[in-house]
Amino acid sequence: MQTIAVVDYGMGNLRSVVNALERVSEKSHRVLLTSDPAQVMSADRVVFPGQGAAGDCMRAIDEFGLRQAIVEAARNQPFLGICMGMQVLIEHSEENQGTDCLAVIEGQVRYFGDSHKDAGGVKLKVPHMGWNRVRQSRVHPLWNSIDDDSRFYFVHSYYLELESPAVVAGECDYGRLFCCAIARDNLFALQCHPEKSADAGLQLLRNFVNWDGQL
Amino acid sequence: MALAKRIIPCLDVDNGRVVKGVQFVEIRDAGDPVENARRYNLEGADELTFLDITASSDDRETMVHVVEAVAREVFIPLTVGGGIREITDIRRMLNAGADKISINTAAVFNPEFVQQASDKFGSQCIVVAIDAKRVSAENEQPRWEIFTHGGRKSTGIDAIEWAQRMDQFGAGEILLTSMDRDGTRIGFDNELTRRVSDSVRVPVIASGGVGNLQHLVDGIVEGRADAVLAASIFHFGEYRIEEAKSYMKKQGIEVRDD
Repeated sequence: MQTIAVVDYGMGNLRSVVNALERVSEKSHRVLLTSDPAQVMSADRVVFPGQGAAGDCMRAIDEFGLRQAIVEAARNQPFLGICMGMQVLIEHSEENQGTDCLAVIEGQVRYFGDSHKDAGGVKLKVPHMGWNRVRQSRVHPLWNSIDDDSRFYFVHSYYLELESPAVVAGECDYGRLFCCAIARDNLFALQCHPEKSADAGLQLLRNFVNWDGQL
Repeated sequence: MALAKRIIPCLDVDNGRVVKGVQFVEIRDAGDPVENARRYNLEGADELTFLDITASSDDRETMVHVVEAVAREVFIPLTVGGGIREITDIRRMLNAGADKISINTAAVFNPEFVQQASDKFGSQCIVVAIDAKRVSAENEQPRWEIFTHGGRKSTGIDAIEWAQRMDQFGAGEILLTSMDRDGTRIGFDNELTRRVSDSVRVPVIASGGVGNLQHLVDGIVEGRADAVLAASIFHFGEYRIEEAKSYMKKQGIEVRDD
């Protein structure tokens, strides 16, 4: 039996994530929604979702005593960060007057801005909400059987700015080109919501539940 | 710009049954929410909105089961509205698998509720539904007010100012319905939509009045809506979502069609 731990630290609706993982899992997989650091560390795979604001997320992670378990899992097990679960892996976010995050990946999280515009000067709404194309920056097991430039569902007002282009696995264009997927060793993380991205999203989750964490 | 404009079919649910549902031949039970949702998903709907029109609050629990069943089958964003008055109502629907909750009347009577909801669950899941009606005379500067009780009761609140206030209070999205156009099939009130869309930071969903596919295009081009919501044109098999998308695409609108 292979365990997939979905980290529950009270931030947002994890039901969709669990539903989608169960849909793509085989009989030998067990999806476990858990707040227990020991269960996170001993799971075969870890999914780290998140919604809401960075400040609240970091506070909740510490209240649940999950900081160390998440950082360790991000270094050791096949690990999938989703949305805010990707942003808080970075060193620092501009959100909530500045929030120090988990610093697993070097970089910053920045606000799109209240007067975000496209190249033609047309106002863009913030949050970036809806289906946008994901350009695969490199080959990765989690992109298997997913067409390049497939659309995924996004909802976010902040985006990643990385120190090193080496960890960029996918990019998206919303007024600016931004990194929407990162990959390093056993870690993969996405800004968009695979659990809400119909077939492409389910395929990515299917790839994850069968991934051994190797490149 | 690669972000697609969204098409959102809206389904009215009364006591667990879809009352204005799709009439697809391949659907055995037209009132089953899961079958409707599955069919719309296959056709390429970008999101689904379920509106609970159950009269009695005792029967609201039924809606929770509907959301649970749909969320197990369909992996696109689900919005649930109708009768959302308290934080516990929101939590219950999110736990059942809804992604966004639409707040309407409760926001008008208690605007702070929107703020509380957004602080608690994040603005990404709070949709504020605004029912607006033109109150200006033909020769006056156009003005719209917020109405409650299905458009029967005026509140005296200016619709544009209200939308801006809801944006500041943490709405992640505005679902804007023209009460003048609702059910008329003569098209959205694009002037209203444009005025609201230009005054807020967040996405605006146009609603009320769609009778043909050109109306969807107009809502986006003239109304500058980020998404269009429609009920009746999809329900009776009149148009399929993919037809709507290919029509919009031909008019130069970015849609999700692959």
